[in-house]
Amino acid sequence: MLKYIGTRFALMLPALFGVAVLTFVMLRILPGDVVAARMLAETGQAPPALVAQERERLGLNKPLPAQFLDWMVGMVKGDFGVSMWTNRPISEEIGIRLGLSLQVAVMATLIAVLVAIPLGTLSALFRNSLLDYFVRLITIAGLAVPSFWLGMLMILGLLTLFRWSPPVTYTPFLTDPVGNMAQLIWPALAVGYRYAAVVARMVRSSVIEVLREDYIRTARAKGVFERLVISRHALRNALLPAITVIGLEFAFLIGGLVVTEQVFNLNGIGRLFVEAVARHDFTMIQALVMLTAVLFAIANLAVDICYGIFDPRLRTK
Amino acid sequence: MRRAVSLFVDFVRSQPLGIVSLVAVLVMVGCAIFAEQVAAFDPEAIDFAAMLSAPGAEHPLGTDAFGRDILSRLIYGARTALAIGVLSSFIGCTLGGAIGLASAFFGGKVDLVAQRLIDMLLSFPIIVLALVVVALGGKFIIAGIDVNLILAIAVPTVPRAARVIRAAALSVREMPYVDAARAAGYSDWRIILRHMAPNVTAPYLILFTAYIAQAILLEASLSFLGLGVAEPKPAWGLMLSGTSANFYQEAPWMILFPGLAISLAVFAFNLFGDALRDWLDPKLKT
Amino acid sequence: MKRLLGLLMLALGFAAPGAQAQTPVRGGILTFAVAAEPPTYDCHQANTFAVLQRVSAHYSTLLKFEDGKYPNIVGDVAASWIISPDQLTYTFKLHPNITFHDGTPFTSEDVKASFDRVKSPPQGVNSVRQGSLVKVDRIETPDKLTVVFHMKEVDASIMNTFASPWNCLFSAAKLKADPKFPERNIYGTGPFKFVEHVAGSHWVGARYDGYFKPGLPYLDGFRAITMGAAATVNALEGKQVLAEFRGLAPNERDRLTKALGDQARVQEGSWNLHMDISFNPQRKPFDDPRVRRALSLAIDRWAGAKALGRISPLHDVGGVMRPGGEFAATEAELETMPGFGRDMAKNREEARRLLKEAGQENLTLTLTNRNIPPYVAIGVYVIDQWRQIGVKAEHQQVELATWYNTLNNANFDIMMDSYTDHSDDPTTGLVKFLSQTKYPVSSSRFDDPELDKLYMAQWAAPDATSRRKLVRDFERRTMEQAYVVPLVWWYRIIVTSPRVNGWTMSPSHMIYQDLATVWLTPQ
Repeated sequence: MLKYIGTRFALMLPALFGVAVLTFVMLRILPGDVVAARMLAETGQAPPALVAQERERLGLNKPLPAQFLDWMVGMVKGDFGVSMWTNRPISEEIGIRLGLSLQVAVMATLIAVLVAIPLGTLSALFRNSLLDYFVRLITIAGLAVPSFWLGMLMILGLLTLFRWSPPVTYTPFLTDPVGNMAQLIWPALAVGYRYAAVVARMVRSSVIEVLREDYIRTARAKGVFERLVISRHALRNALLPAITVIGLEFAFLIGGLVVTEQVFNLNGIGRLFVEAVARHDFTMIQALVMLTAVLFAIANLAVDICYGIFDPRLRTK
Repeated sequence: MRRAVSLFVDFVRSQPLGIVSLVAVLVMVGCAIFAEQVAAFDPEAIDFAAMLSAPGAEHPLGTDAFGRDILSRLIYGARTALAIGVLSSFIGCTLGGAIGLASAFFGGKVDLVAQRLIDMLLSFPIIVLALVVVALGGKFIIAGIDVNLILAIAVPTVPRAARVIRAAALSVREMPYVDAARAAGYSDWRIILRHMAPNVTAPYLILFTAYIAQAILLEASLSFLGLGVAEPKPAWGLMLSGTSANFYQEAPWMILFPGLAISLAVFAFNLFGDALRDWLDPKLKT
Repeated sequence: MKRLLGLLMLALGFAAPGAQAQTPVRGGILTFAVAAEPPTYDCHQANTFAVLQRVSAHYSTLLKFEDGKYPNIVGDVAASWIISPDQLTYTFKLHPNITFHDGTPFTSEDVKASFDRVKSPPQGVNSVRQGSLVKVDRIETPDKLTVVFHMKEVDASIMNTFASPWNCLFSAAKLKADPKFPERNIYGTGPFKFVEHVAGSHWVGARYDGYFKPGLPYLDGFRAITMGAAATVNALEGKQVLAEFRGLAPNERDRLTKALGDQARVQEGSWNLHMDISFNPQRKPFDDPRVRRALSLAIDRWAGAKALGRISPLHDVGGVMRPGGEFAATEAELETMPGFGRDMAKNREEARRLLKEAGQENLTLTLTNRNIPPYVAIGVYVIDQWRQIGVKAEHQQVELATWYNTLNNANFDIMMDSYTDHSDDPTTGLVKFLSQTKYPVSSSRFDDPELDKLYMAQWAAPDATSRRKLVRDFERRTMEQAYVVPLVWWYRIIVTSPRVNGWTMSPSHMIYQDLATVWLTPQ
């Protein structure tokens, strides 16, 4: 088992390194000079002497491979460099915002898991019934409806029907659970809907697949109660693809967060990313992309480990 | 021709949902091609006297902050959405498909390198990759279309298409007729094009339609963020951002209809893709 | 009914100091929204309201604009002053009991160090308003409470410079130890102490009990929360913030008055902020003044302001100076200048004629613009106006960094920009219409000695009448040469909770942000 985890981990590293190189190269060929742009934005003028001085101070005149190495070494030590736009350490900027985004992501996942797995299973069990069609409809809708539009509709609905809008400042859950939930449940729902749709579809199709398997037919023929069949055989084997999807889509939640945080005015890493792109703040973009890539790699690893636990056949591959 | 008709009839018979979505897709395509004939107003015509009017006789879906007819903008918006959607999906799926095919056929080192590259690109959430490409390229307009935007939307599709096509091509590679062709001394290219490629057509078509839906959604998100299509061009995502966002309490139709248009378009393409897959590959029927 | 309510609010708003005969009550925390994060804490190196709307509460200035009586200038740290008859010597006497937030006494040395820093910034400090102090020869401090400014020549704008909210007074000792100290540290003599700043979220200040003005500030503290326009309106409606001090769009105001009724206090007036377009004479055919003038003539500013004013803050028509300000042209004067004539048919005909004469009948061009709301709206409008004279314009909307880079590299045909000033003084206001080769804040690179001459003349003008005439001449030449032309001026709409008292409405969102005289009606 350990060997299995070890190999999966080892395979993760080249991909991450590749992401680092690709991102670094892509961002350094960005047109324009972000240092000059920043000075112009803040002060209305960018005297070439000051711009040159600032570039020197930020280490931007070193040869590119040297800068890449600095960045890599820094990351290992936990230092992600400094934002080209705000001049603050990136770890600080991300640290302030990560908690909020993670909380929304976790809440969205919970919604997805708690709603999608039962719905998907029921839909598969009662195939082609009204319930099934209904579930299929709302899941395809979930894939089609833009999450930011859903968010706008939510706010509109809340304001029109209840004359109430979600709180605008973020308080951590432990400080003020009610205020925290009142603010974050809505973006979690907006983002979670799509997530739930994807998971439900996957659960449905894999339960159907499993129900068709021979051994299930045999089990049924032997007169085992329907419920037993479902819980012991079908669900466990159907769970694997579902776990895959839950794991992978979690890392991709940041995509939904990018637009949803704009709509709900949340000070999270999604909004940070959009701002960084608008400002061409390449060190920040690099850091956020690496963060996402690492999250994805970890999610992949976790899924692989789950597979390893549930399906011993894979371990010997 | 007759074969096409019989294929079509077969499709209709077996996929009732598919027909509904096909009709929806055709309506969209019709709007896109015949926008000038279908739309009652010029989508960029400003008419301040009619600004922010509720849906009524003259403007069935109301007007926006500039007095522009929303229905007309939706119709022309279909053209933008489809143009960007079809082009990006085509570029992405074809490029990805080519990589997948080559990877499957040549195997060995080629496959290993391609796989790692694909893994890398797959580590980026779609919108993150698109945003970075958009930031990189600036605006690069040819014939009124922003090429950089299309590339930005196509790039995330490449690794996903490559993965699927590679898997499909791999299954074909083991087929006896490929071995026979090799034994007969046919060139690599001939084998790929004449034997493997036709067998990945089905997954390619499914991918292509699925990614049109994805592209429409992605374009909407990018335009919403102000990084996609720019005013005064009509684009559904753009209609949901900026000025519209300020008015959504007093003029809710400004955000209701464009959002519905996006959802319906993506819905239709997804449904169509599903139906296509069910029809082409009955084993995968769900 | 809505109109009436609005007018009533307006009347109340401007009559505020008198009508509020209620006595100020001590206590409470003022929570307000600010649309952007502060890029620095250093006033001298900043150019955005995002900085001032937070740090003004922590610092004092030499002079300031009088609460309730814009544009009167009174003393802040200066208790009194004497101006020599030849206008070359300014002697200020400071209040005796001013201290920094840790109790250290404030002296004339601190004033000298601060102004010296603006005038002759040390290496690595980007002093934005260095140009405003070029006429100052030297600053002397004969004793701890006296500062003397010796001028090289008459500076008609120097009092405005002393009252500028950007010329915050820092500690001489701290600056000596580290010239960049104010960039990341707040250490001032203002009514509030700095408590904390969480990036992207909020900024907190608390009352400084040692503030030199007795009885002030009334507030226990303030909390500035970063949030965008849409969120701000929601927050105001939900009463989570009590105010927003930049300005809202008319539809946002209407939404709030509809939802809150008398629980929303609206104050409106003209805003010292305008939209302008700059041509790039380094690119053909914009080196031809006929082309530039034609494009400016084709824009109907009167109808534009009227229409755009309903969906955005772009509401007033003005020339190079804020309409209604001391040096602004009257409507009659404006109408005589190219670009402001009322007969649009004639204007468009003239524009077409000019283009034909210049051989540019089927001109196509690119308008570079920002991708945020009021810019988008006026961009759409202007392109439509040009369409009506047969000019095809591509609307290129770019994000922040690209826009600034384009500005810096003169990589555009025509650029849409905005400009704001903290007062109606022409020296700071007219700079936008000069060449970027001499004044970095501008966007067009050209060479017009006549325009420069008029600018320098008004800066040295001995009295208001002669100055006004010079400004008019400058305005006419600007509209005729059309390197940079004003389009429409913004309209400031401030919506606050009726509990917020003692705040002064003015045409600038940069002043009156020290919050010393603001107090809250208890709930």
